[in-house]
Amino acid sequence: MASFIQLFASGLATGAIYALIAIGFTLLWQTSQTINFAQGEFVMLPAFFILAAMNAGAPFWLAALIGVALAIVILGLLFKIVIVDPMLRYGVLPLVISTIALSLFLKESAKDFYSSQAQPFPALVPATDIHVFGAVISTQSLAVLAVAVITVVALHVLLHNTRLGRAMQATAQNPTLALILGVPVRRMVLYTFLINAVLVAIASILISPIYLAKFTNGETLGMAAFTAAIIGGFNQVRGAIVGGIILGILDNLSAAYLSSQYRGAFPLLILIAIILLRPHGLLGRPEERTV
Amino acid sequence: MSRLGATAVMAAAIFAVAAPFFLKPFGIFLISMWAVLTIAAIGLNLTLGYAGQVSLAQGAFVGIGAYTMALLMQAGYPFGLAFIAAGILCFAIGWILGYPALRVQHHYLAFVTLAFTTLVFLVLRNEEWLTNGIYGINGIARPAFLGWSTGRPLNFYFFSLATLAVLSAATWWMLRSPWGRAFVALRENPIRALSLGLDTRRYTLMAFAIGSSLGGLSGALYAPLVQFIDPGSFALGMSFNLLLMVIVGGSGYFFGPFVGALVAVLLPEWMRITQGYYLIVYAALVMVMMVFCPSGILGLIERILKMAFRNGKTATALHAEGLGPEIVP
Repeated sequence: MASFIQLFASGLATGAIYALIAIGFTLLWQTSQTINFAQGEFVMLPAFFILAAMNAGAPFWLAALIGVALAIVILGLLFKIVIVDPMLRYGVLPLVISTIALSLFLKESAKDFYSSQAQPFPALVPATDIHVFGAVISTQSLAVLAVAVITVVALHVLLHNTRLGRAMQATAQNPTLALILGVPVRRMVLYTFLINAVLVAIASILISPIYLAKFTNGETLGMAAFTAAIIGGFNQVRGAIVGGIILGILDNLSAAYLSSQYRGAFPLLILIAIILLRPHGLLGRPEERTV
Repeated sequence: MSRLGATAVMAAAIFAVAAPFFLKPFGIFLISMWAVLTIAAIGLNLTLGYAGQVSLAQGAFVGIGAYTMALLMQAGYPFGLAFIAAGILCFAIGWILGYPALRVQHHYLAFVTLAFTTLVFLVLRNEEWLTNGIYGINGIARPAFLGWSTGRPLNFYFFSLATLAVLSAATWWMLRSPWGRAFVALRENPIRALSLGLDTRRYTLMAFAIGSSLGGLSGALYAPLVQFIDPGSFALGMSFNLLLMVIVGGSGYFFGPFVGALVAVLLPEWMRITQGYYLIVYAALVMVMMVFCPSGILGLIERILKMAFRNGKTATALHAEGLGPEIVP
């Protein structure tokens, strides 16, 4: 039981990070039909921005701010203007190809311009353990969970309780109508890209102390984000949260109780099952097809 | 096919036969690799370019084909049998993988096939009793036919080239048959195709299965070509690479995969000067190309030809008889 609680808690922490990544992923899909195959690399990269800033002598908090700022400019603004905007008129597939190429580009750049070795990354809180019902839970897991919850709540407040957020939702649901009602649709779409950049930067700060900063991190993280988004439902923010958490917990439990060799396989099998049985995800709405 | 197109194909064929006589063994290895990967890319072009089903699983099928070949050869079965087995096995698995394609489209399908590729990789890595795990399979023999051994690089190249020629002729024939038309109908407007009485279910599965079996046949040549296979070669990278080949060459153009595979095989060698930065440059080039010419190199050539001859008829040089993508207004 104790080990179950332990696995559950650390799974919850990982799941919360997956959820952050998946939320950004679904936001981009909802507002601009962008499927970002480079989302995993987007999480990998800010850690390197931060490490570079620290190498230049900045303290961690300042480096983290610089990292987030760089992420907003490069992974938000530039990504939108340079990659997505020129491609949108061609439809979904060319953009998919382009983001696949982008993921390769970012991965190789991190490897060639920083390092191919895994880099240690400072943790948010010193690593100590807390004992609950005989289970050992690390303060790191709790810190991760706390930051993730605060981020999600802040995002929820932004989307539901502000005029800006409602305008963004209107953009996601019906861009034409939103435009007629005076919502600056293009700017709203840009904002979702910036929000995605902030989310991946936060996820990067949370996950890098655990996985170390490595250029290949994006592969697993990207796959986790897709899987979480699909399990929960592609067109719902809360779907991404549920999907992320389910995935994180399941990943940990299956590795411990079923087979560690096939650890990576269980989420994929669930992914395939969900797509076959309930393609709009656990919480999503079915999307209509037009002739 | 127009005269310009026919001339270009003839010239390319003569070049492909003559080229190895002027190359060192490594050069011959590279063009053999081109011939082998082109077969897989033709299969993916069928699934993606003609039938419009996004697949990130082609690398996995190359892997299944390669392992089938290696394991059957090790067990003492003749090459021909193993070759056919690889094709049939991948046809069957591709057919099954096609079922998700019946329910979901586009990005969902991309994810299902992505998941499939990763699952195949995990099986190849973990089932050591069968695949020897991460150590891979070594010393795969090259076949001999009636005393003509393909052990020499030159012979193996001609063997691969001949296989490529036969398979692409078969694909060409199929694309001009009602099946090929049905595949294009699936891509252009599946619901309309259905309402015209086309069994879209069967054709979707068929497009997937045939595309996959070409992947398997390519793998069956890949194994004796490189003579060493390991699970890592058939992970996602290979599938991405094949996808980029089809897109870079020109998805939906019959000769797109030939061009795309050539670029993907030769570019790393030409870009030796950029040293480790090759992949960065390649990725950047793909992104630039997607912005300015998402229809690939052949699409670009077609556009240039169109500009060169403004008098209508010649514009369809590459486009003869449904061999290029339908022009969507």
